[in-house]
Amino acid sequence: MTGPSPSRLPAPAVSPAIDPSTDSHLFLEAVTKNFGSQAVLKGIDLSVTRGGTTAIVGPSGSGKTTLLRIIAGFEAPTTGRVSLSGEAVAGPDGWVPAHKRSIGYVAQDGALFPHLTVGQNIAFSLGHIPRARRKERVAELMTMVRLDPDYAKRRPHQLSGGQQQRVALARALAHEPQLMLLDEPFSALDAGLRVATRRAIAEVLKEAGVTTILVTHDQAEALSFADQVAIMRDGNLAQVGNPFVVYTRPADRATAEFLGDAVILDAWMEGSLATCALGAIPVRRPPVQGEVVIMLRPEQIRIAEDGPIRGTVLDTVYFGPETTVRLLLPDAGETISVRHWNAAIARPGTELRLRVVGEAVAFPKG
Amino acid sequence: MSTTLDRDAQRVRAGRGSHPGRPSGVPGLTIIATLVALISLMPLGYVAYMTVATGWDTAVALIFRPRVMELLSNTFWLVVCTVPACLVLGVAAAWLVERTGLRGRRLWGALLAAPLAVPAFVNSYAWVSAIPSMAGLSSGVLIATLSYFPLVYIPAAATLARLDPAIEQSAASLGLGPWAVFFRVVLPQLRIALTGGGLLVSLHLLAEYGAFAMIRFDTFTTAIMEQFRSTFNGQAGNMLASVLVLGCLLLLLAEVRSRGNARYARIGSGVQSSPSILPLRWYQLPSQLFLLALTALALFFPLWFVIRWMVVGGPAIWNLSEYLPALTQTLGYGLAGAAVTTAAAFPLAFLAVRKPSWFSKTLELANYVTSSMPGIVVGLAFVTVAIRLTPALYQTNTVLVIAYALLFMPRALVNLRAGLAQAPKQLDEAAQALGVSPFRAFLRVTLPLSAPAVASGAALVFLAITNELTATLLLSPNGTNTLATYFWSYSTSIDYASAAPYAFTLILLSAPMTYLLLQQSKKAVGQ
Repeated sequence: MTGPSPSRLPAPAVSPAIDPSTDSHLFLEAVTKNFGSQAVLKGIDLSVTRGGTTAIVGPSGSGKTTLLRIIAGFEAPTTGRVSLSGEAVAGPDGWVPAHKRSIGYVAQDGALFPHLTVGQNIAFSLGHIPRARRKERVAELMTMVRLDPDYAKRRPHQLSGGQQQRVALARALAHEPQLMLLDEPFSALDAGLRVATRRAIAEVLKEAGVTTILVTHDQAEALSFADQVAIMRDGNLAQVGNPFVVYTRPADRATAEFLGDAVILDAWMEGSLATCALGAIPVRRPPVQGEVVIMLRPEQIRIAEDGPIRGTVLDTVYFGPETTVRLLLPDAGETISVRHWNAAIARPGTELRLRVVGEAVAFPKG
Repeated sequence: MSTTLDRDAQRVRAGRGSHPGRPSGVPGLTIIATLVALISLMPLGYVAYMTVATGWDTAVALIFRPRVMELLSNTFWLVVCTVPACLVLGVAAAWLVERTGLRGRRLWGALLAAPLAVPAFVNSYAWVSAIPSMAGLSSGVLIATLSYFPLVYIPAAATLARLDPAIEQSAASLGLGPWAVFFRVVLPQLRIALTGGGLLVSLHLLAEYGAFAMIRFDTFTTAIMEQFRSTFNGQAGNMLASVLVLGCLLLLLAEVRSRGNARYARIGSGVQSSPSILPLRWYQLPSQLFLLALTALALFFPLWFVIRWMVVGGPAIWNLSEYLPALTQTLGYGLAGAAVTTAAAFPLAFLAVRKPSWFSKTLELANYVTSSMPGIVVGLAFVTVAIRLTPALYQTNTVLVIAYALLFMPRALVNLRAGLAQAPKQLDEAAQALGVSPFRAFLRVTLPLSAPAVASGAALVFLAITNELTATLLLSPNGTNTLATYFWSYSTSIDYASAAPYAFTLILLSAPMTYLLLQQSKKAVGQ
């Protein structure tokens, strides 16, 4: 039914399948969590490779923070198992409390201890090493997270939000965790700082070789930070896979729309070609034949002088580096949005020619 | 919700022995908190039991008689006259200090809270010693208003200082004049402060013994004390106590209902600008005179007479062989009571902040109800229960300290709750994620962060105990005297000069309480 499809996109590097036989650091098996009668997690299976970075992304209320708290040991799962390096830490086979799990945890607001200085915060778990060595270690950790060691004497409230997050990271790293959990650590920061802090923290964690799990509601953050993205919706993992795969080949329409702008069109599937308002578009592994909806990313629809499809500009929204152009396809009567770098060509009423690049993803209709 | 968590915990635990440090279970704390709440309900239980044991006919005969009707009418008119007077004075003073261009606002702010440092019975003593003919309802209303209006002033001022001026500005932009803004926007936002303050004033009026006994004005509390003095444990006294308790519970209910679901926190994010200040112009002088008259009557008048009697008495009134033991005894009760009360309140506060559920709410409610019990009822309950069940404990320091703990637990609770809220659960968890056990995380994070609030709660309890008269008269061991009981025995035998050193010491000890209450109310509104 699939046949050789004319793929112009590179094949994904990582398989999204869960396979505990590889070097799995964290392994979740059918984890559920109820608060009273409310089911927050409805059966989560997830495997995280040692040294890898995983982002759990989902809208607020989808259960992602609860999942993180179960991994950390602040909550117990209602049913299911959690194992770390093959050892059961939660579930019917045993229980390991949070402070014995060797897991680092960076909370949304950093959760720095307000009664301690920055240095004392970082040294919180270093009580067992001699005082002089401790000071050295704090300075090392501060350099590692790109903080001026002179800040050690300051109080947390004297730092900016981004600096506080780096202190929280340094404090967590001081404990030398095997696994680092980041609970929306960048969401309280403003846009510019967020990108810089995210990059700095990603580098530090990569250098330290720590397995990392990031929880976020920001899909761009998830896609840019992690090498495995798990999309969470209503207490389930809708899809787990590498960022490229989940973005270009989402498992369902909701995931497609959550991960970025999507052009959704009705289409008729025959073989591996979907016929729609934009003509016949190749689809990789179509799920059914006949009536479907297809999804294209706006950047797959290019404005080209020799393009086969006609479109009339309805209106535009200017974003600076690019412009979102809303087009009416006169042949089909449908409206789509595309992106273009040049605002000047897209005056309302102008007729443009379009070309589709790459493959579409098809979903069963309804 | 907590019960579900516990059940889950047990289910998982059943798998393989016990697993220490599970995130859901705090059974030890729950048991202690439940015990504390049960003990705190004892006075109410005592009154209910006595009412039932008396039998319907006897109870009706004892309650529906002219004497009770007279007490009821006295107490009713006392509340009906004093509470509105306190509300008007408190709000007017708070508004002048916080929202107008009053000169010397900071000084007035402190002076208007200061009358709380003069215990009501000391205030009454000053008035009676100055004007011996003072008696009856009007004198009671005057003295009570002057003693208790700061209970309205303090929360009203704290709320006014924190009200979001943007709301008033919006009202003004909708075409409301300054008076309309005050009545339609500002006053409704003061509702919690006013109902809370009004309740506190009413409960004080029902519970106060010394101030009204001194001016021979009979309320339920003074009548119960008289009955207790004459018949020790008569049914008549018990029935009076049931009516009094019923009154307190009705007040509590009224306050809960009128408080409703009002919220006073600011909605939305961003930094609040400071409130707008109304220039007083030609109202400056009348305002200054009004506040001067108020503080003169409430603060300087009693202070002046206490000092005058000390001067009149000269060195002869300083009987150090009485004064020093009374002082150490008072401080001892204060310290022991503060320690016991804070320790007993801690599990309740911890559960309320960290594990909020219907169960923790019920425990808190039990305590709230007890807080409305007058000292005389708590005293009576402890006397009777101690004699019947544990005669060995009757008239011992243990019973007195437990009674203090019940009476003043809410003061500790309010502070502990605020303090624990300063130490959010996330910090505890952060410590645990750094490999620190839950108990050590509590010691290293939660305790240091909540310590200031614990200390100020304990200090408030300490100060309240040093001023306590009614329960102390009933429960203190034979031959043991506190500052308050010495003051009481001298002033009731009209030896005003000998009472003066004790009155002066009581005022000195209470002064820090005023400051603490002022700080606490600012924090409470800030949350």
